[in-house]
Amino acid sequence: MTTVTPYRSAARDVRDGFGQLLHAEWTKFRTVRGWVIGMILAVLVTAGLGVFLAKAATPSCSSQTGSGQQGPVQHGAACGGPVYTVGPGGVLVQDEFYFVRQPLAGNGSITVRVTSLTGLGSEEINGQPAGSLLVPWSKAGIIIKDGTRQGSAYAAMMATGRNGVRMQWNYTGDTAGLPGAVSGASPRWLRLTRDGDTITGYDSADGTHWARVGTLALAGLPSTVQAGLFVTSPLSTTYSSSLGVGNASSSPTEATAVFDHVSRTGTWPASAWTGDDVGAGNLGAAQVPAYHQAAGRFTVSGSGDIAPLIAGPLNHGPNITVRDFLLGMFAGLIAVAVVATMFMTAEYRRGLIRTTLAASPNRGRVLAAKAIVIGSAAFVAGLAAAVGAVLGGTRIAQGNGSDLFPEPWLTELRIIAGTAALIAVAAVFTLAIATMVRRSATAILIVIVTIVIPFVLSAPPGIPVGLTEWLLRITPAAAFALQQPAPQYYQVQANYIPASGYFPLAPWTGFAVLCAWTAIALAAAAYLLKRRDV
Amino acid sequence: MHAEWTKFRTLASTGWLLLAAAAFTIAVSAAADAAATCRSGGCQADPAKLSLTGVQAGQAIVVIIAVLAISGEYSTGMIRITLTAMPRRLTVLAAKATLTTGLVVAAAAVAVLASVLAGRLILPGHGFAAAHGYPPLSLGHGPVLRAACGSVLYLALIALLSLGVATAVRESSVAIGLVLGVLYVFPVVTSVISNQHWQRHLEQTGPMTAGLYIQATVNLRSLPLTPWQGLGVLALWAAGALTIGALIFRFRDA
Repeated sequence: MTTVTPYRSAARDVRDGFGQLLHAEWTKFRTVRGWVIGMILAVLVTAGLGVFLAKAATPSCSSQTGSGQQGPVQHGAACGGPVYTVGPGGVLVQDEFYFVRQPLAGNGSITVRVTSLTGLGSEEINGQPAGSLLVPWSKAGIIIKDGTRQGSAYAAMMATGRNGVRMQWNYTGDTAGLPGAVSGASPRWLRLTRDGDTITGYDSADGTHWARVGTLALAGLPSTVQAGLFVTSPLSTTYSSSLGVGNASSSPTEATAVFDHVSRTGTWPASAWTGDDVGAGNLGAAQVPAYHQAAGRFTVSGSGDIAPLIAGPLNHGPNITVRDFLLGMFAGLIAVAVVATMFMTAEYRRGLIRTTLAASPNRGRVLAAKAIVIGSAAFVAGLAAAVGAVLGGTRIAQGNGSDLFPEPWLTELRIIAGTAALIAVAAVFTLAIATMVRRSATAILIVIVTIVIPFVLSAPPGIPVGLTEWLLRITPAAAFALQQPAPQYYQVQANYIPASGYFPLAPWTGFAVLCAWTAIALAAAAYLLKRRDV
Repeated sequence: MHAEWTKFRTLASTGWLLLAAAAFTIAVSAAADAAATCRSGGCQADPAKLSLTGVQAGQAIVVIIAVLAISGEYSTGMIRITLTAMPRRLTVLAAKATLTTGLVVAAAAVAVLASVLAGRLILPGHGFAAAHGYPPLSLGHGPVLRAACGSVLYLALIALLSLGVATAVRESSVAIGLVLGVLYVFPVVTSVISNQHWQRHLEQTGPMTAGLYIQATVNLRSLPLTPWQGLGVLALWAAGALTIGALIFRFRDA
């Protein structure tokens, strides 16, 4: 009798774990030369275009002096850069207003009644006769401020041209109070109290029933602050076209407010009010804003604004943002989408999908493994591309002395990480589409129509802003909002268009739109992959 | 030639894609018309160009149609049969180019006519009225006729450019990515460049930026090139791509 020992493989008996599946898919990805080249190309194109854009985005000092055929220089201060006022937290601000002030030592409060707010346009605008222009964000009220230096910390209660009573602080903060316009028949009472670093604002329609509008802390406020009445009125701007970047015509305005019932508590060491044109406004010397005081009534006129500067073309702030260096990213995105498509369609074309599914019959897991591999690879490529474009572009722009918007590091981190996340999720979206339609050309078509074209249409002038904003709300391209370089302030009128980097959705909301589309596509892909023959 | 036509005719996807190209063009054009407003006091819009906005989006599908005309054969191995039956490769390429162009011209003509019609119907309601110096769009008006016919030619040249690239690189998704990347990168990049020397130079060079000058009907003097010169730049791109494609097709194994 001989015993026959049946053959046993020397390989250890393990379950076909998800780890092996991932490793298998990673090996497939890694060993196709064209796909790796495609990913590297995506990085090089994005970063390279970023550096090129940084070089070409401004008329740099050398190019102005170098060639004779240079066009007119648009930004007068491109060499050396314009000087901006910096507010608390490094925000670039405009700080120009007429200030009727007294020092306030220690804690105290100031209360006034505003009975009138009227505006003057410096020229005829919009067909209205000169002299009757009250812009929506004309401001008149009371303010507590860390000295008269431009850009210093403050908190203010104010009546506005068309936005009711507001409490604003440190240039970017804004809370709404009583609605409605100011007039002799419906005056507005305003009160600010200081208690240490804490400032509280109240408003009232009758001077007896008060409502608290907001409480906030101004860290590091000195014990003696400047407090009093202020009036300011921003530029009136009309945009000539609704088709993206057009022309804007701005002209200064002046607001005049009448205050009475001025009452104060606390220690006010000065004996009289001082009038101060902080920042000298933007009116010519002919119309110097001023105030006069008679029988407890103060009439104050001012021009300018207390607000953050808005970046982008046709706005007051810097023209260039780091987002401009990332515009080439859509080309990198196309390259990644091509790779992600082929990562799936190549399996169908070569019949490899049958082997893959024979080795791992759980089809949902195959799709998941592929999604993780292509998503991670795309994330790494996107990260490298974004870091290269943003850091390289910033370095060059700063070297050129360009008019570059300074980015808080958290925003810069969101832009870079967001770009990588956008590319990664877009790659997974592409993979899901490719699984559904199986053919490369159709998959690429769908991805280009839904992600690339809405973005591309938003860039050049000539396309109506309404159309691009609508596309950037509902299509997966909404995720480009992750690259928004600066916030859009409700309380500042400016040219907020997608071409300048102001998107209709908030950054993470836009990303959520892409994620939702991707989840739907993945679910449909998993369902079809399970249902269909291969 | 007849064989190529049969191939085209019997593939359901070509018909659908032609239809999609026309529909997408018209839809984006109409949406652009509806989203535009002309406020009092002078809008700088060009109503003809505005009503042909969809061409910028529809061209993506035209690219795909043209790419599939050639790379579809590579992906199935059909190309070997085609070349066995018809060993003169350049004739095959010429037949494909003629047929693709013809089909694209037909679809583009429908799309452009419908876009102009949409502009004629929608724009007067958005301020582009005679009161602001905008007569209703009419093909009887020389520049508008030039913009419309030029847009059809533009899409035909885009198809030829794509066919050339697809012949050279064979893989459909790579060809589509390459063509669309090259088309769209110029308008996106020039939109943020304020260095006017660079901007002018890039706009003159880009196949899409230069080619679309054919749609301009106002402020022609401010353009870096005349409309027909712009279309000529695109024609050069298409000729270059076709030449490279033909050389590679002629001398490489299938």
